[in-house]
Amino acid sequence: MSEYISHDHEHDGIDRRGFLQCMAWAGTGLLWTVSGGVLASKTLAEIAKAGAVLPATDLSFLQISDSHIGFSKEANKDVTETFRIALDRINAMPTPPSFLIHTGDITQLSKPEEFDTFDQVLKSCRTKDVFFVPGEHDVLNDGGKLYRERYLKNVEGKGSGWYSFNKNGVHFIGLVNVLDLQAGGLGQLGDEQLEWLESDVKGLGSSTPIVVFAHIPLWAVYPQWGWGTSDSERALGYLKRFGSVTVLNGHIHQVLQKVEGNVTFHTAMSTAFPQPAPGTAPSPGPLKVPADKLRSLLGLTSVEYKQGKTALAVVDSNLS
Amino acid sequence: MALLCAIGFLNLFVVALGGETRNAEATTAKQNKIEIKDFAFNPQTLTVKSGEKVTWINRDEEPHTVVSVEKQFKKSSALDTDQEFTITAGAPGTYTYFCSVHPKMTGTIVVVKS
Repeated sequence: MSEYISHDHEHDGIDRRGFLQCMAWAGTGLLWTVSGGVLASKTLAEIAKAGAVLPATDLSFLQISDSHIGFSKEANKDVTETFRIALDRINAMPTPPSFLIHTGDITQLSKPEEFDTFDQVLKSCRTKDVFFVPGEHDVLNDGGKLYRERYLKNVEGKGSGWYSFNKNGVHFIGLVNVLDLQAGGLGQLGDEQLEWLESDVKGLGSSTPIVVFAHIPLWAVYPQWGWGTSDSERALGYLKRFGSVTVLNGHIHQVLQKVEGNVTFHTAMSTAFPQPAPGTAPSPGPLKVPADKLRSLLGLTSVEYKQGKTALAVVDSNLS
Repeated sequence: MALLCAIGFLNLFVVALGGETRNAEATTAKQNKIEIKDFAFNPQTLTVKSGEKVTWINRDEEPHTVVSVEKQFKKSSALDTDQEFTITAGAPGTYTYFCSVHPKMTGTIVVVKS
């Protein structure tokens, strides 16, 4: 847009268009927020347009991932014990999290007895509300039937088990990207789920904080090892207009983070065994480390949402 | 139409019991073995004669599957470490397959006339 004066009838250096433009700016106002060291601005008009005022409460929840109950190889011969230790850490928190999110690979081989062990150990957790998404290890032989029977009880699961829910003004979306995978491809959401996602977020104001969680990363961490989701771009396209999007994944058993515009991508540690950093080993198989080092590479992720802050604070802690 | 016929997989326990027999076989009959190691099928392309058996064995600590891309043979269940899956090669042709758990892993079996 040109900024020179085109119609200066009164010879005062102001034309009608320029005056209106200036007043438009005066009427908007800018709200600046600092989150994670990144300065972000938002016009008040944008916030007003977004409508829905969020309930003025903060929220904290916890992500656990990749417990792989049933794994007993050298990388960790007692994954049940390390899972238990992770839960002990949660129980010891001064302020318990509102709920847990488990980002998949509950079990190693989708066996009923592995799910049983997991459920039994989970009972020791003080926080009872847990939301799940499946990992590929949870849906190995039955397309996820057993998984869905057990872990979608407190949500309205759609399709192969995706869903959304609201907590304290934050919109949570649990996605499934481990089923119907195509030869040569990566993780996949599929058309049906993507269409659902588009309609799920349609009615939400742009200022609603969004948290998306799925097992396989929704960004191209390392496609050579299958660490990515082929149609994640389309999913993120539906979330572009939101001021704050936090994407939580598991699968790669290590912490990696990337910020892209309003979107923060974050992967969590496993409670079972670490995996090598992208490209540092012949394959992404379990990483064997000295026994005294193992627990420093296992852990959980705490996420805090503070009213008025744009980005959610994501903090990892290990089990050592 | 099922061109290849699946005859199931043996678990580690059964393999251990039958180890002696299998070793004896190794010296007499041609073994069409595909080893799954480091998230790859090895050899990636295997040529066999119609009617011969093809056996995959998983040497990774990660479960893998063997699934025909065109659903030309029955898929394996998830193979844990050292578990095997065997099929009998059917009509001549090219059969591509992949691991449905790690779909980056692909392989090909070329069946020729016996």
